[in-house]
Amino acid sequence: MPSFSDALKSQVGRKILTGVTGVGLIVFIIFHLATNLQVFGDAHAFNEAAHALESMGWLLYILEAGLAVAFLLHAYVGISIWWNRRQARPEGYEKYQSKGGPSHMSWASKSMIFTGIVLLVFLVIHIDTFKFGATEMVTLPGGEQARDLKGLMIDTFQQPLWAFGYTAVMILLGFHLGHGFWSAFTSLTMKHNKYSALIYTVGVIFAVLMAVGFLFIPLYIYFGGGCEAALIQCQ
Amino acid sequence: MADTFTVHLKIWRQDGPDQPGKLVDYTLDKVNEHMSFLEMLDVLNEEIVAEGKEEPIEFDYDCREGICGSCNLVINGQAHGPKDMTCTCQLHMRNFSDGDTIVIEPFRAKAFPVIKDLVVDRSAFDRIIEAGGYVSVKTGSAPDANSIPIDKTVADTAFDYATCIGCGACVAACPNSSASLFTGAKLAHLNRLPQGEPERKKRTVAMVEQMDEEGFGDCSNYAECEAVCPKGISISAIAEMRRNYVKATLAGTEA
Repeated sequence: MPSFSDALKSQVGRKILTGVTGVGLIVFIIFHLATNLQVFGDAHAFNEAAHALESMGWLLYILEAGLAVAFLLHAYVGISIWWNRRQARPEGYEKYQSKGGPSHMSWASKSMIFTGIVLLVFLVIHIDTFKFGATEMVTLPGGEQARDLKGLMIDTFQQPLWAFGYTAVMILLGFHLGHGFWSAFTSLTMKHNKYSALIYTVGVIFAVLMAVGFLFIPLYIYFGGGCEAALIQCQ
Repeated sequence: MADTFTVHLKIWRQDGPDQPGKLVDYTLDKVNEHMSFLEMLDVLNEEIVAEGKEEPIEFDYDCREGICGSCNLVINGQAHGPKDMTCTCQLHMRNFSDGDTIVIEPFRAKAFPVIKDLVVDRSAFDRIIEAGGYVSVKTGSAPDANSIPIDKTVADTAFDYATCIGCGACVAACPNSSASLFTGAKLAHLNRLPQGEPERKKRTVAMVEQMDEEGFGDCSNYAECEAVCPKGISISAIAEMRRNYVKATLAGTEA
């Protein structure tokens, strides 16, 4: 029998790794979107949620380290799959077309490497803009001092490049999830004659919900005029 | 006599494994709708031989009944052509129309090197099968029928996977050139039957390792393999292979 590390390096092991990290990242973006939507809560809701996270101390570091490992492993395996595929067919077809039917060939499935790399680059910019971005301090109702991330978010998305750039990336996230959700289940061996079609449909709906949920915020802030927007309460 | 029609063919010609190849144009005007695709190529080859200017086109076949897995052409970008659950040899010219341009290429993968024209070497599949080893059955006198009870649905499912003829269309159609459907089908066939159970873990690990070694790509769950499979084998076989592989490696036992 292969050692555990050899097993992880096998084709099957790589798919299991992609699936496990993919599910972890799916759970993460659900929490991320839920937090983002606090921006439509009362004036302090978003900053309070962000402050609560930042006050978690060592637990936050563990979560962040876990997330970083999940992102990096997911990206590493994805890129290695793309690399192997180039090695596995040195001479391509003059003509190639999908046969349809049970096939899941689509723009989403064929572009995982493209959407994935865009998301990876986006992640670096995103962390730089928000996690390490300069903010003013606000006093929360409880009397604590917190970073005014809500203010930073509103300022950022009132600039067209940021608002539309984020929107475009979130559409790509939707495509990545459109294939990724179903694929993660299949990679983790959950393929069922009856339920797989349902899992695929749920995956597509989930992908659309996530993309729309995330891109609604920058577009709403941009077109609504930030603090002028009906659903956003500023101090 | 049935009406004949004309097709324009673009066929991959390659003199040898290390020679560069290219698509060569042919026009064939004696095509009859009852011809199989391979018979159409036979007629073209007769013309080429009669003309005597070049060598006939090499392509693989054996039974021409859709059961041996020898024929292997990518026709207009689809392994085995446009018809579902059909081998190249069982594809008939009635699926094409007068004036059609048909591109014919070999199955392409590093693990399936071109020998000549449309013929590729698929012995990588044989080595995956060999890696699977043996099945513990008594090989002396014939065993009693039904001495090992097997549930009907288990036997039927095993048989569905056993219909894999190892043609390689799954590899040819996969954007990653993965052999997961072939390997998965062989494993799903043997692993679910009591006769194959004793070596289940060993077999799964050995065949997955051999598949890696042959230089096939990873599976990305495109399911294009299922769409082109002439036997319609489900990618559930791939999920089952993964399940058995995880069980085998986590258990860590030798059997």
